[in-house]
Amino acid sequence: MAELTLRDAISLGLREAMDNDPRVIIMGEDVGAYNGAYVVTKGFLEEYGESRIIDTPISEAGFVGAGIGAAMAGLKPVVEIMTINFSLMASDQIINNAAKIHYMSGGQYSAPIIIRTVTGGGAGLAATHSQSFEGFYATIPGLKVLTPAFPDDALGLLRTAFKDNNPILYCEHALLYNVRGEIPDDSSFEVPFGKAKTRRNGSDITLVGYGRSVHTALLAAEKLQERNVDAEVIDLRTLRPLDIQTLIESTQKTHRCVVIEETWATGGFGSYVAYEIQKNAFDDLDGPVLHIGGLDVPAPYARNLEIMTIPNEQWILDAVEKEFGL
Amino acid sequence: MPQMGYDMKEGRLIKWLKGEGDEITTGEDIAEIETDKAIIPMPSPSGGILRKIITPEGEMVPVGTVLGFIGTLEEEIPSNLTSVPVENNNIPENENVTELNTSEPIEEPIIETPKSSSETIKASPVARRIAADKGIDLKLIQGTGPNGRIVEKDVLNYSQPSASPQPVTEAPKVSTTPSNINSEIIELNRMRQAVARTTSASSREAPHFYVTTDIDMTGTMEIRSQVNKALESQGKRVSVNDIIIKACAVALKNHQNFNATFHGDTIEIHPNINIGVAIDLDGSGLIQPCIMSCQNLSLAEISVGTKDLINRARENQLRAEEYIGSTFTISNLGMFDIESFTAIIAPPNCAILAVGSVRQQPVVSDGEITVKQMMKVTLSVDHRANDGAAAARFIGEIKSLLEQPIGLLV
Repeated sequence: MAELTLRDAISLGLREAMDNDPRVIIMGEDVGAYNGAYVVTKGFLEEYGESRIIDTPISEAGFVGAGIGAAMAGLKPVVEIMTINFSLMASDQIINNAAKIHYMSGGQYSAPIIIRTVTGGGAGLAATHSQSFEGFYATIPGLKVLTPAFPDDALGLLRTAFKDNNPILYCEHALLYNVRGEIPDDSSFEVPFGKAKTRRNGSDITLVGYGRSVHTALLAAEKLQERNVDAEVIDLRTLRPLDIQTLIESTQKTHRCVVIEETWATGGFGSYVAYEIQKNAFDDLDGPVLHIGGLDVPAPYARNLEIMTIPNEQWILDAVEKEFGL
Repeated sequence: MPQMGYDMKEGRLIKWLKGEGDEITTGEDIAEIETDKAIIPMPSPSGGILRKIITPEGEMVPVGTVLGFIGTLEEEIPSNLTSVPVENNNIPENENVTELNTSEPIEEPIIETPKSSSETIKASPVARRIAADKGIDLKLIQGTGPNGRIVEKDVLNYSQPSASPQPVTEAPKVSTTPSNINSEIIELNRMRQAVARTTSASSREAPHFYVTTDIDMTGTMEIRSQVNKALESQGKRVSVNDIIIKACAVALKNHQNFNATFHGDTIEIHPNINIGVAIDLDGSGLIQPCIMSCQNLSLAEISVGTKDLINRARENQLRAEEYIGSTFTISNLGMFDIESFTAIIAPPNCAILAVGSVRQQPVVSDGEITVKQMMKVTLSVDHRANDGAAAARFIGEIKSLLEQPIGLLV
């Protein structure tokens, strides 16, 4: 087992794909000469050359559209959108072209593109650069949305993504790149889509998260242990396809469930997850299924204010105490 | 028929003060109502013309019964009118017609009565499922979750009683025994019936406990005589009870849990301190009207208010809110030379202060025997709402206020 950062795990997965499959190309803003805005593709340009590592102009709609076309024509492009905030420029390409082409062409075309993008706030980058839209994209049929929170999942999901024939949004949280974790040595290690992972076993309450909120939930679980509350923490890992069954089974065991996400609470994807849990585990609930999301405000620029808008472990502790008396 | 008392279930329409066709303004007295306790005028809940009288004079009807209709001349009067109680506030479609059926107090403040026992039981789904599996009646379980919800552990921790619980019933009616064949049987008047009903309900439902303390009233008696000397020219006098009311009002501000109503799974803290005073109606009954908003009143204002209250109580001229608004009660038997006694809490209050007489007594202080004016007070407390230590702190504040009474004057 090697210990890697989440950043290095993604790099490793990309290198493997570049080495093993000549159809794989990487394109996006600053992915080549600049080594990637988050240094994921460091050294790729020298190693694989300009024909496969392509720096694009600042035009998300343009280069995402080009990527979709390349995918339809038989390549396996990895397109990097520097942050998910800029994906809005390409949202028509993603939603109306990538997600629909297989359906609209009656199966004649597929768009097996992997769109890597950086999501999340908390870095003091102000309101237009601190948003989390992975939950929004997860509402679109035809897309697959991945939200790795740990290095092993980052690698395992990426390996699976390269074998998938659908457009994939691979969301990397900006504050998780330096998270370290063990990576199985087995080169056949993969992580299936639509299978949540229990990151901590517990019997009293189920905390559900994705991306960075899994780490928040794990912190809360440690604090809950001090109150003798044994929390189970489940990492969704992929929002679409979504694994509801694991959540139901966990909630049937613990009788209490909290879904945590960083995006705005209103209409957050987590509220849909909470709905599915309450519908399917209703008779096992000892209280309402809780949904904790970020404050309904544009992210403040001042970091001390911004972090007050993003759920932290104390929000979870307070809600658990108030709603469950735990 | 408005509810004009905490436990009022029915009332008699003694007299219509307005006739059909008379014009009425909102708040104008429209009829006289006899409740358990008194005959009181009933102000009109809206203005217009008294179009139709539904409930005739002299009739006893349940609270919520339509008494009559007020509206404009053009309005149609619903045809299906009978003098029966309405289940809810069925306002006729024509919104200018107002039913005189409000079941709420007809004037401010609105007093909340305890929730009825038929209210839906709050229990989590898993608690319901486990209870159903085990055949446990959720009504028997006290919820400990948020908002009193019955949660999983409440059901798991519940142990069923070996025998099914006996339903709580009213005291059985005892027929006259043969040995008392010459006994005189007296029908209870309505006030006596009401006292019997509320005190037995309170005794049955509210677990009472009592805390008693001795209060050195020497300073209070001295101040009172000075105050009364100053007020002599105005023909006013402050009673010991007035000062006790003032002390309770001040203490209740700091001990809000005693200015409260217990509702089963919540405690309602009242914003106003309305102190009820038990008044003996010269042997014909007991009434506990209240002085409203004592937290805003000076000692002199309380004194004037109390005298006015007693006078109007004896003349049957109390207002509805004075019957039902009490948040705390004082019962004083000092004038009967009673040293101390315990009182039964008057619902919906959760405490009552029983006050004995002020008497000269030898008191040992600093190794010396001195003569002081001592008074015993006993606080009856509903244990569901408050505990012993809280009661001790509350009565302790009353004691220290009365022992250093200068603070009550400013």
